[in-house]
Amino acid sequence: MTPNTIKVALIGNPNVGKTSVFNQLTGLNQQVGNYPGITVDKKTGICKINQITRAKIIDLPGTYSLNANSIDENVVIELLLNKNDEDFPDVAVVVTEVENLKRNLLLFTQIKDLEIPTLLVINMSDRMKQKGIELDIPLLEKALKTKIALISSRKNIGIDKIKELILNYKSLSKEACLNASSIDEEYFNRLRKAFPNQLLYKLWLVITQDVNFLNLERNEIENNFTRSHTELKKLQQKETIKRYQFINDTLKVTQKIDKSKATDFQSKLDNILTHKVFGYLIFFGILLLIFQSIFDWSSIPMDFIDTSFSKFSAYTKENLPSGKFTDLLSDGIIPGIGGIVIFIPQIAFLFLFISVLEESGYMSRVVFLMDKIMRRFGLSGKSIVPLISGTACAIPAIMSARNIENWKERLITILITPFITCSARLPVYAILISLIIPEKRFLGFSLQGLTLMALYLMAFFVAIGSAYILNKLLKLKCKSYFVVEMPSYKVPMFKNVALNVLEKTKAFVTGAGKIILAISIVLWFLGSHGSANFDNAEKIIAEKHEKPLTEEMRQNKINAYKLENSYIGMMGKTIEPVIKPLGYDWKIGIAVVSSFAAREVFVGTLATIYSVGSQSEEEATIKMKMAEDIDENGNKIFNFATGISLLLFYAFAMQCVSTLAIVKKETNSWKWPLIQLVFMSGFAYVVALIAYQTLK
Amino acid sequence: MSDYNASMLKKGQSAQIIDIDIDEIPLKLIEMGCLPGNDIELIQIAPMGDPLFFNVNDAKVAIRKKTASFIFIQSDSIQ
Repeated sequence: MTPNTIKVALIGNPNVGKTSVFNQLTGLNQQVGNYPGITVDKKTGICKINQITRAKIIDLPGTYSLNANSIDENVVIELLLNKNDEDFPDVAVVVTEVENLKRNLLLFTQIKDLEIPTLLVINMSDRMKQKGIELDIPLLEKALKTKIALISSRKNIGIDKIKELILNYKSLSKEACLNASSIDEEYFNRLRKAFPNQLLYKLWLVITQDVNFLNLERNEIENNFTRSHTELKKLQQKETIKRYQFINDTLKVTQKIDKSKATDFQSKLDNILTHKVFGYLIFFGILLLIFQSIFDWSSIPMDFIDTSFSKFSAYTKENLPSGKFTDLLSDGIIPGIGGIVIFIPQIAFLFLFISVLEESGYMSRVVFLMDKIMRRFGLSGKSIVPLISGTACAIPAIMSARNIENWKERLITILITPFITCSARLPVYAILISLIIPEKRFLGFSLQGLTLMALYLMAFFVAIGSAYILNKLLKLKCKSYFVVEMPSYKVPMFKNVALNVLEKTKAFVTGAGKIILAISIVLWFLGSHGSANFDNAEKIIAEKHEKPLTEEMRQNKINAYKLENSYIGMMGKTIEPVIKPLGYDWKIGIAVVSSFAAREVFVGTLATIYSVGSQSEEEATIKMKMAEDIDENGNKIFNFATGISLLLFYAFAMQCVSTLAIVKKETNSWKWPLIQLVFMSGFAYVVALIAYQTLK
Repeated sequence: MSDYNASMLKKGQSAQIIDIDIDEIPLKLIEMGCLPGNDIELIQIAPMGDPLFFNVNDAKVAIRKKTASFIFIQSDSIQ
């Protein structure tokens, strides 16, 4: 780190526009990583302050106070308490907003107690006039012992002021705003005597929070100073009251609010959006719009991506010198990558909608609207967010279950989310539906589209049904906490939405991309190498058929024989007895097994298997090859019964290693992902078995 | 303790908080300003009567009816 880099921590309550401030300061110079060991996004960015000075800005998760209620919030405390951390800030920037200044200042007074240079950003200044709010900034600066930047991240006003204050951080006061220890003089004096070298507030945080703390012997403090849970909570409450007293007294002289100016537009909007009829109608209308965009609008860019990749694959085959490397590229890597890139439009649309719904403040209303219904199934209103994002990908969905306070509701949400039809199932559904469902119309709707919709609905009902059963089975006593902040409605900021969509899509593509790329290389190798029979395929075929064959027939026979005797073919034959009752041959079996890592691999695997097995250089699509494939009796491999059986299997089976990994992380045990795996895949097998046996 | 609690408010009514049961009220709510002495106003009731959407100390927040029943209010301050 160069001497001219200032380390800045951006701290604030949720919904104050902290991320907008971060985006304004850093632009595209952002990096998203993970805190070691936990799946909390770590966002850092570089901001150029002037010619010679830069600021490294770390955007900490939103928190209401330094009393941590979640892992996200823990991150904030652990960083601020650990002077040895490489990201320990030179200056803390607390972001607040004009309308909720009172509440936002609670966190500010706590940060001030840590004796870190702290400056205050008051955001959304553009709303002051409309809301009739006036602030005496110089007086407020004096009372809070800080410097203030009054800004509007939305209108890009005052960002330079923040930069200027960061640059001069050394002149900021490190003094606390108020003496919070007066809530129990005797107790805090004892604490001060026992640890004269430590900051009093730090000790207090260590006693009340479950945080890792390196420099202090935790046990020593705990043995001498821990009190009963209720007593501690009482003290925390006292501390909070004390701080609010200070804040109220301060704002009384520095803030003027003309209540008559507050418009009631917001409450009118709430009356409609949370109405007992219109509220639900509007919500379902928005859901329909989301699905429309995923299935209909994104098919245009998806078709384009699909044809581009098959053209590119054929192009490399024709124009590169033939050999192992070219085969690997055109049969393994390019189709493999294409299988991922094709998801981008859908994922991007979904994240676009979720991001807009969250930014506008509407998502909280949906949570409010759905809580009572969801509770009957052991879920929380907040489960609606994971269930909607689950239609893109279960991984971010399961992570978003984190802000469900009640552990039982959160656990059930985590366990059922993988049932929701994620975008990785889509390509599997798409290819199977087009193979087995005729392109006819029923009452004006496309039959194929209706099948797809039926699959989505079925998955949703199985998820809700499982939640109901889990709610009855799980014997967990949890307090029914449910606190949702209802932010004011805002028009989403384009920059925030765009950056969010970009970041999430990138994370998905690189994350899934690595697995799929690796698997497609392995598959290609296993498919193009094999036993002695594989190497002698030409001779064996020649011996079998005494009558001379046409050149084309001979090549096809050789290729088919080669595939069967490749390593992959041998593996498929081994598992055939298990999957035969479901109506799958060994080729499908390979695809099912290899897609255990990730569902979308299914299509890629079949693509690889069918391109390795074919000789022709024409661009026959994989679908055509699959449709033409027949078994030894001349029956179609992908017939109706097999297709339905496969669709049901993919709807229910836990075919996603990444999801299992994230469930392990979020529940902190292998128990739940294992239960999920056994239950979901077992259920899928049984359902697929019944379906095939009745339909065949 | 008062016989009146926040779940008894009607839409649009507000009252002063006189006590809260700290074993039942999540700290997050306390931090938002759900504290004795502050005002609480019922803004909106969800379609099936639960949860309730309050304005506490200028914070807009939705909580379940059960939680609201542990926020005790002064009966003669109801407006």
